[in-house]
Amino acid sequence: MTTEVHNGPIETQPLGKLPLDSWHRARGGRMVPFAGYEMPVQYEGIMAEHLWTRENAGLFDVSHMGQLLVHGRDAAAALEKIMPGDFQSAVDMKPKYSLLLDEDGGIIDDLMATRRGEDFYVVVNGATKHGDIAFMERRLPGNIVLDHMTSQALLALQGPRAAEVLETIVPGVSDLSFMQGGPFNWQGNRLWISRSGYTGEDGFEISVPASAAAALADAITVHELAKPIGLGARDSLRLEAGLPLYGHDLDTGTTPVMAGLTFAINKRRRAEGGFPGAIRILAELDGGPPQKRVGLEIEGRQPVREGALILDAEGNEVGKITSGGFSPSLQRPIAMGYVASHLAENGTAVKLEQRGKLFDARVTAMPFVPHRYHRKGASA
Amino acid sequence: MSLYFTREHEWIRVEGDTATIGISNHAQEQLGDIVFAEVPEAGRRVSKGQEAAVVESVKAASDVYAPVSGEVVEGNQAVADDPSLINTDPEGQGWFFKLKLDNPGELDGLMDEAAYREWIKSL
Repeated sequence: MTTEVHNGPIETQPLGKLPLDSWHRARGGRMVPFAGYEMPVQYEGIMAEHLWTRENAGLFDVSHMGQLLVHGRDAAAALEKIMPGDFQSAVDMKPKYSLLLDEDGGIIDDLMATRRGEDFYVVVNGATKHGDIAFMERRLPGNIVLDHMTSQALLALQGPRAAEVLETIVPGVSDLSFMQGGPFNWQGNRLWISRSGYTGEDGFEISVPASAAAALADAITVHELAKPIGLGARDSLRLEAGLPLYGHDLDTGTTPVMAGLTFAINKRRRAEGGFPGAIRILAELDGGPPQKRVGLEIEGRQPVREGALILDAEGNEVGKITSGGFSPSLQRPIAMGYVASHLAENGTAVKLEQRGKLFDARVTAMPFVPHRYHRKGASA
Repeated sequence: MSLYFTREHEWIRVEGDTATIGISNHAQEQLGDIVFAEVPEAGRRVSKGQEAAVVESVKAASDVYAPVSGEVVEGNQAVADDPSLINTDPEGQGWFFKLKLDNPGELDGLMDEAAYREWIKSL
């Protein structure tokens, strides 16, 4: 038997250890190389952990991600030179999804940026953080200072019971609404908590001093509704939620328009431009992109994974699968990928080719599993 | 009856000239939750080292190679219908296929159960 494991960049550097390394091992986490670190891919099993998160609350260690603080005069205007977000009118403590772009409008990384007074707290992907920092330092004016907050860990508590669990530990968090953050205190430690995540469920992301991370993870998982969840379920949860993963569904060959992320470019930025790749991106907004990111429902039970070809009815190659797997919630294979725009309509029949075998599939709307975010005014 | 194991984590149970083939408990533990299995149909000829079946978990796709040559006499429809059988009973109900051995000499040099269980401790 030989096995191909997907969704891991090839590791060449020595692997780092994160603040919760021994915490994961003590709980039976199976550690694998990921984004330059050893990280838990699973504890009891991906399927069980996935379903637990959809029903209860799952605790994820995402300390591999880069936490940055951007400060200096006119930081908002400076950030607008390298990203298409509207940072000048960004509301305090409200995370905004944005993208670092190259001169051709290709995506260097996707990130969350939150105004905190005059500063911006930015969370970038783990595998790309060093390149992002180098890019930002090169492109931001000299008066803007970029702090890489390496002494902070980052946890995510996700699931329909997450608010109930975290409220017992950090009173007040359940007053946050989706995409809102704020400072909190836990046993003398300053926390930054936002109501956000990467699973499609309600939940929180918690920036905590590395020295207090294990104690906080303990305090959360003592609750009977919370369990530690590995990277495997993180990937299957975000795929069901239709959320793209950098390095797979997004890269410098894709633009925000191709990727269906145009919500990250508001009216003012479209009118004014002034971000990298604006000429191409504004043209794609106007005339449509050559390819689009779509969801795919696949006939049968066999997963079709990253790298599989997408073919039209005549057998011509029209795109590629960028993420694919078995959906634990739906109990069937799902995938996302890019197709030529004329085939991006929901319901379009296509064929997928993987290891010489053809699969029938259909373009479908995402998310595959409905989002259940805690929006203001919505009932809990 | 004799039981053999390969370094590819397959087991072969031999009764007369018939071999039943599956993957070991260690292999299913490494794969995790199995969501798909494809087994060969009766009548197909497989030669040693050729891919004969497919098994996929949430995370990974694997080929199962024929550890010996022969003609498939039965594929296990039960694992195709319910792949989780490979997780719950990998060395029993979770078998993949049976074949009629071409050459029992191909079994020479495979590990017996004790040797296999000892060997996986070193992995």
